Amino acid sequence: MSSVVETAVEIRPFHVDVPEEELDDLRRRIASTRWPDKELVDDQSQGVQLATIQELVRYWGTEYDFRRLKARLDAWPQFITEIDGLDIHFIHARSPHQDALPLIITHGWPGSVVEMLNVVGPLTDPTAHGGSADDAFHLVVPSLPGYGFSAKPTATGWDPVHIADAWIELMRRLGYVQFVAQGGDWGAQITDVMGAKAPPELLGIHSNMPGTVPSDVAKALASNVLGAGDPPPSGLSADEQRAYDQLSFLYTKGIGYALEMALRPQTLYGLADSPVALAAWMLDHDAQSYEEIARSFEGDPVGSLTRDEVLDNITFTWVTNTGTSSARLYWENTLGFFDVKGVSVPAAVSVFPRELYQAPRSWTEQAYPKLIYFNEVDAGNHFAAWQEPELFTTEVRAAFRSLRTNGGPS
Amino acid sequence: MTNTVDTGVEIRPFHVDVADEALDDLRRRIASTNWPEQETVADESQGVPLAMIQKLASYWMTDYDWRTCEAMLNALPQFVTEIDGLDIHFIHVRSQHEDALPLVVNHGWPGSIIEQLKIIDRLTHPTAHGASAEDAFHVVIPSMPGYGFSGKPTSTGWGPERMGRAWAELMGRLGYDRYVAQGGDWGAFVVDQMGLQAPEGLLAIHTNMPATVPSDVDEASLAGQPPPPGLAADERRAYEQLIRTYKQVEYARMMAARPQTLYGIADSPVGLAAWLLDHNDADGQPAAAVVSALDRATSATGELTRDEVLDNITLYWLTNTGVSASRLYWEYKGGFFNAKGVSIPVAVTVFPGEQYQAPRSWAERAYPNLIYFNEVDRGGHFAAWEEPDLFSAEVRAAFTSQRTTNGGRHD
Repeated sequence: MSSVVETAVEIRPFHVDVPEEELDDLRRRIASTRWPDKELVDDQSQGVQLATIQELVRYWGTEYDFRRLKARLDAWPQFITEIDGLDIHFIHARSPHQDALPLIITHGWPGSVVEMLNVVGPLTDPTAHGGSADDAFHLVVPSLPGYGFSAKPTATGWDPVHIADAWIELMRRLGYVQFVAQGGDWGAQITDVMGAKAPPELLGIHSNMPGTVPSDVAKALASNVLGAGDPPPSGLSADEQRAYDQLSFLYTKGIGYALEMALRPQTLYGLADSPVALAAWMLDHDAQSYEEIARSFEGDPVGSLTRDEVLDNITFTWVTNTGTSSARLYWENTLGFFDVKGVSVPAAVSVFPRELYQAPRSWTEQAYPKLIYFNEVDAGNHFAAWQEPELFTTEVRAAFRSLRTNGGPS
Repeated sequence: MTNTVDTGVEIRPFHVDVADEALDDLRRRIASTNWPEQETVADESQGVPLAMIQKLASYWMTDYDWRTCEAMLNALPQFVTEIDGLDIHFIHVRSQHEDALPLVVNHGWPGSIIEQLKIIDRLTHPTAHGASAEDAFHVVIPSMPGYGFSGKPTSTGWGPERMGRAWAELMGRLGYDRYVAQGGDWGAFVVDQMGLQAPEGLLAIHTNMPATVPSDVDEASLAGQPPPPGLAADERRAYEQLIRTYKQVEYARMMAARPQTLYGIADSPVGLAAWLLDHNDADGQPAAAVVSALDRATSATGELTRDEVLDNITLYWLTNTGVSASRLYWEYKGGFFNAKGVSIPVAVTVFPGEQYQAPRSWAERAYPNLIYFNEVDRGGHFAAWEEPDLFSAEVRAAFTSQRTTNGGRHD
């Protein structure tokens, strides 16, 4: 299926192989968890609540089926190829429709390719999932360096810019002369950087966490991180003010974990040594997704974000021991999370209502001069593909429809 | 030796008694540590290096002896008394000099009463340490709520203000109607609050992490903006140190935002050890004095040793107080180093490795009743722990002027 011959670079098939002893060790550690006392509040304002994490750990240790992760991953063709000295793991699912549009989807933190497993089928085989053959994609879903089954960098330099270069190389290596790119979280940053680099093969991008914040707004937000600093710029419209308030909360109270990973990733030894530490750290990405993930452990999941899905992702991170290596991406990064990245290719944006901030159309139009699609949907949090795979799929199809007139496989 | 009778509030003697099983469990967990790979840099810029924590863990598991620390603690008079609904653990060592000045010393994070052990004899028994009987103190060293052997709060509200009131109650309960207070790190916040509350009997405070920053400099440094014009050289240096500090305290911001999420510091000994080690000061992150202590087996002159570092970490582990201690950051909503408006007599010692070196000009403005100000030539954020001789000399000098009023206790 791939065209390794002409590039002469090896692309090796990959299958998941987790030794049973590692799963036994994980179960042993889960069973011997030592707990702190309960939080002092009745809500999530001090972090991941003891009752929630204890239910997660109970389910993880007694009912969760550890083999389901392997089965779900091995259901798709997986490969490893070395790019720039590092082994990159990726799912590569070709559509049965030969003229499908090649698409590379990049996950984020605390995610992995697990986030995308429920959209592989609908995107590659739309006729089996309520879509038309014209909506088909050839799909590439790589694991970020230091994440999942990709190798862990042993030297510095694997920042989003470097990863963007690697993804362009990966798509070329797979023989795709025209493709599109999609991402959320870190995937959004990497996709934005690809869009700024604008290689000739890249027809367009779609983001579910767009970087749209104008520089004066970003400056005011940065100066307020410790509680002093500039007032918001005057003249913000209602939706801009809402975005400002969401980002201001995020920067002052909402991303302590990200700041710590950006400064001292290596200090987080608990992520490697303690399953419950890793689970709690990964649950606590943002208040809205946390609340919805917590509901999955109360028997009331929101969308497809079930407790099994949540534990697939955490277990994946545990068995690959990538808590620390994945955290280093924050240390490597030098870009503003939500800053305008200078994307010059056609860009499509979906705004999910429970994303970290709702990008206003006004900012989005300034940030992406070739905005081909902008849509505010009515469901979904930060983990859009994971939580709302059908809606996400619909958005991705709609986002790129206008680019298909000249898209096509090699 | 205590006089519980006239207050009618019970003060119970306390002895540390850790079960063998707890120590066995700790060693088992260290031995089965699951490690991440090495950092991708050759220095400490990504956090506590793997080799550093592995070496410490190896010693912790094999040769470190908690029982030595336990014996040291149990050789000191320790008590527990309930204040404001919470059991407060404290060391209380009376000087043999009856008219010694009562002193409450407040530790910080990631510290504990372990930080203060070396100053107890120096302060209570000055004639054995080259000082005079007139320098003697009766020393009270409480464990903060949520720390060490004090109770863990089960509801919100135990910030520095409430602790300040609790320490005043404690000193009164011990029969001290005239006393002084000392603190660094969170202890400095608490003694500043005591200074603001100015309870009857509190003569003065001494701080080794003074809050002196004028409001314009405070706002500029917090916002990462240029300093206000017209700063003197030492003020400019302090501003730059504040800027550096605010870039090193993400651990504090994490604990302030989401302390409960830190399950790893309850479940993993190395998770806890690395988290506690990684406190910065002006000399590095982790603090240089702590890093160098990890290679120091013994010290004749009071320098910090690896056993002392592990005594502190092991105390956190055995009391399972990693998370409860972190909550203090969540509780506190005030400023960091901004002048708080303390008007009682204040003494300040500026250690060169502290987060910032408070300029005399700022100290005089922040503390209008400044009775003592001295810049010393060595010592960092953990001054009492790192430089017990120098620290003790500073505390003696700081409070000399308060002795004319002759503190004491009512019996």
